[in-house]
Amino acid sequence: MSMHHIQVTINGKSHEADVESRLLLVYLLRENLNMTGTHIGCDTTSCGACTILFNGTPVKSCAVFAVQADEAEIRTVEGLVQDGKLSAIQEGFHEKHGLQCGYCTPGMMMTTTALLAENPHPTEDEIRHGISGNLCRCTGYMNIVKAVQYAADKMAEKVEA
Amino acid sequence: MTEIQGLGHSRKRVEDARFLRGQGNYIDDMKLPGMLHLDIVRSPYAHAKIKKIHTEKALATPGVLAVIDGPTLQKYNVHNMPTFMGDTQMVLPLDTVKYQYQEVAGVLGTDRYTAADGVAAVEVDYEPLLVVVDPFKALEPGATKVRDDKESNHIWHWEWGDKEKTDQDFASAEVTVKESIYIPRIHVSSMETCGCVAKWDATNGHLTLWMTTQAPHIIRTVVALITGHLGLSEEKIRVISPDLGGGFGGKVPAYPGYVIAVAASIVTGAPVKWIETRTENLAADSFGRDYHITAELAGKKDGTFTSLRFKTLADHGYADNAANPSKFPAGMFHICTGSYDFKSAFVEVDGVYTNKPPGGVAYRCSFRVTEAVHAIERMTDVFAQKIGMDAAEIRMKNFIKPEAFPYTSALGWEYDSGDYPVALRKAMDMVGYEDLRKEQKEKLARGEFMGIGISSFTEIVGAGPSKHFDILGLKMFGSCEIRIHPTGKAIARFGTKSQGQGHETTYAQVIAEELGIPADHIKIEEGDTDTAPYGLGTYASRSTPVDAASAAMASRKIREKAKKIAAHLLEANEDDLEWKTDRFFVKGSPDQSKTIQEIAFAAYTNHPQGMEGGLESVSYYDPPNLTYPFGSYICVVDIDRGTGKVNIRRFVAVDDCGVRINPMIVEGQIHGGLTMGFAPAMLEEISYDENGNVHGTNFMDYLLPTAVETPKWELGETVTPSPHHPIGAKGVGESATVGAPAAFVNAVVDALSHLGVTTIDIPMTSRKVWELMHKHGATLEE
Repeated sequence: MSMHHIQVTINGKSHEADVESRLLLVYLLRENLNMTGTHIGCDTTSCGACTILFNGTPVKSCAVFAVQADEAEIRTVEGLVQDGKLSAIQEGFHEKHGLQCGYCTPGMMMTTTALLAENPHPTEDEIRHGISGNLCRCTGYMNIVKAVQYAADKMAEKVEA
Repeated sequence: MTEIQGLGHSRKRVEDARFLRGQGNYIDDMKLPGMLHLDIVRSPYAHAKIKKIHTEKALATPGVLAVIDGPTLQKYNVHNMPTFMGDTQMVLPLDTVKYQYQEVAGVLGTDRYTAADGVAAVEVDYEPLLVVVDPFKALEPGATKVRDDKESNHIWHWEWGDKEKTDQDFASAEVTVKESIYIPRIHVSSMETCGCVAKWDATNGHLTLWMTTQAPHIIRTVVALITGHLGLSEEKIRVISPDLGGGFGGKVPAYPGYVIAVAASIVTGAPVKWIETRTENLAADSFGRDYHITAELAGKKDGTFTSLRFKTLADHGYADNAANPSKFPAGMFHICTGSYDFKSAFVEVDGVYTNKPPGGVAYRCSFRVTEAVHAIERMTDVFAQKIGMDAAEIRMKNFIKPEAFPYTSALGWEYDSGDYPVALRKAMDMVGYEDLRKEQKEKLARGEFMGIGISSFTEIVGAGPSKHFDILGLKMFGSCEIRIHPTGKAIARFGTKSQGQGHETTYAQVIAEELGIPADHIKIEEGDTDTAPYGLGTYASRSTPVDAASAAMASRKIREKAKKIAAHLLEANEDDLEWKTDRFFVKGSPDQSKTIQEIAFAAYTNHPQGMEGGLESVSYYDPPNLTYPFGSYICVVDIDRGTGKVNIRRFVAVDDCGVRINPMIVEGQIHGGLTMGFAPAMLEEISYDENGNVHGTNFMDYLLPTAVETPKWELGETVTPSPHHPIGAKGVGESATVGAPAAFVNAVVDALSHLGVTTIDIPMTSRKVWELMHKHGATLEE
């Protein structure tokens, strides 16, 4: 198995690692770097629990090799808190009871981060389609939609202020 | 001052703080020094002899340490294990596999990848055997026998009710209806799969087992029972259930992987981790439903129900590994008279072995209540259709009257409380029932198919009273231990285990209500058998009916002692004291009072002589009865005549779960429950071909609803407290999953009833609906 030296920036911090070519990005994060907030739910890119931002784009990290992330900018759930404060998206999930078991939540919030960056004022339909690559078994999505709307409103307030 | 946040407060969840930051502690997040990984070789055949397992290549793979097979485990006599239903199940086979994806051998590697390399390198020679997947065929003479240790594929026969009277009532009935209803096998698919980390400490003979379990204490006792001969007695076993990424019943049974991991840790002396892939989870873990029901309902021409008769085949797969209370092999299926007043009823169920994975009740349901509700709510509509009565009218006519509670059903259950007409009327008003019926007529005249489906379910949860309910003899009472600290803060521990229900938030509210200590000052712990009081875990909606009751009772014991301390501090007679919110005061002199915080401090600094110090209590609450949540759901659908696609236009859900501890969390439970009612109604099914090959081993074949398909739920509530529960609560985690499927089916059948359609099995895929429409003569053009 060939080994590769890679450099990845995760949540603004540079990491270097020697990885097997077959190592998946999700395992680099979880096992090599001990960042266990990114979860694995299906191994087949269907559930979205492992969603991270890869150069700003939401990507399922169970379908990307770690070597492909060489020189990439990665953002994970661990990078959402800024200056010790919850982001508007995290706050929305808390305020609107947008999580129950919490397992899909990190992936769901990373997808939301990308969704709101691209479309700051999504309709309910756009939110539902936007998060349709992330499965949640607990909430029935109603409160996740409200959480995203809360975050959108909160972020708009900030921008206006 | 910190707010108390007792009952009825939509307190935000304390669990969220860690989950939102990616700091949850799920099983696969654990890492121990020197930890090995277990991966599992699984059978490609549904029934086969194992001729030889070739391990040489695997053992030659760098990083692979051992291959464990059935004969290895047999040396320690742990190759079989008991199921919760008193059946036995292989951990690893000695020579025969009985279902596809069955565990054949375990491979230990230094990391996840090498263990998987080892699995890929193990070669197994199989001799395929005849397979039986259809439970009806399994009962035919000469059928392939699934179990070598049993006489036949028939596991048990169970019946309940007065057969003679029921048969008489049917014979003399003015109207009878009969349908076959198949409720297919489905899988809970919690977003986190199952797994464990087993750590054997050879120096003191202690085993710590972190595992995805909804019932850690039962697991501890079962492990002690099956490994006692190896010296692993119960005080040396610690089971810890960390944060669970959903459960829904799928994390109640013990799976072979757990046992192999324990054995591997004992043999190697190293911690061993085992984590399922999604495919393993879907293909081999416990399932729900798989009930073939023949349902009959008898009544009068005016719509009055008289009698009910159900005959059912329960496909349990290779072993009866349901987790029903021991006395009830078909769970609480005999709640099937539902919300209606029947004179007589008779139910019989036969359990059958087939070449499929074992299981039975794992899908967000209190022991077969979903099957019961589905059947009675369907048959109610079938009867209404036959006599030409409106679906709401026939329900109103047959409901158990509000004044009849407590009501004993024809099958012997004592319903605690209910007001069914009010709940249905509320749902009808919310949805605009009468207008929808008009619209439906107009649409049909234009050739458009629209349907309205009602489900007025009654659930039965909160197992349970020790007189009737146990699992392997262990009584199903609740447990709560509360310790009040000197500064008036508290910790409380429970024998349950949240999988997302938010117990850390809600249990604190119950204690806050009872003792006046702010919920924010009460820490809740569950899931560690070394610290929590013995309890049977969280499933079947039992945490609120049983353990929240324990919390209230334990709090009241503390209040009794607090009263004595208050009397001492106030130099008053106990009888002259009264409790209000968070303090005792002298009757008539509200200024003379002692708060719970002052009393707690005194319990450690100035307690009365002759009294024990401290302030704590334990309650093992044995409920006098089960609780009976209920509700009325109305679903409105439009069916595309060209494609058979069912568009769900509205879904109104009025739930009555008694007193609501935390309305925000209750609504969240109902949203999720409805979605897990929608899922099997429209999308999910685990099916098998004739060779026992499983269909549905990943999320591209087994379809979980996404945010796009999931309907927008409209909720309503009524509150009918449980008269016997200390705080009047009934439990709500599963109501919606239990009640919803029939509403979807009734809506679709209602849309097609003018064609003569009387039934359709779930999941109601577009193809199935399209075929049904066409079979009954509805083409695209009229």
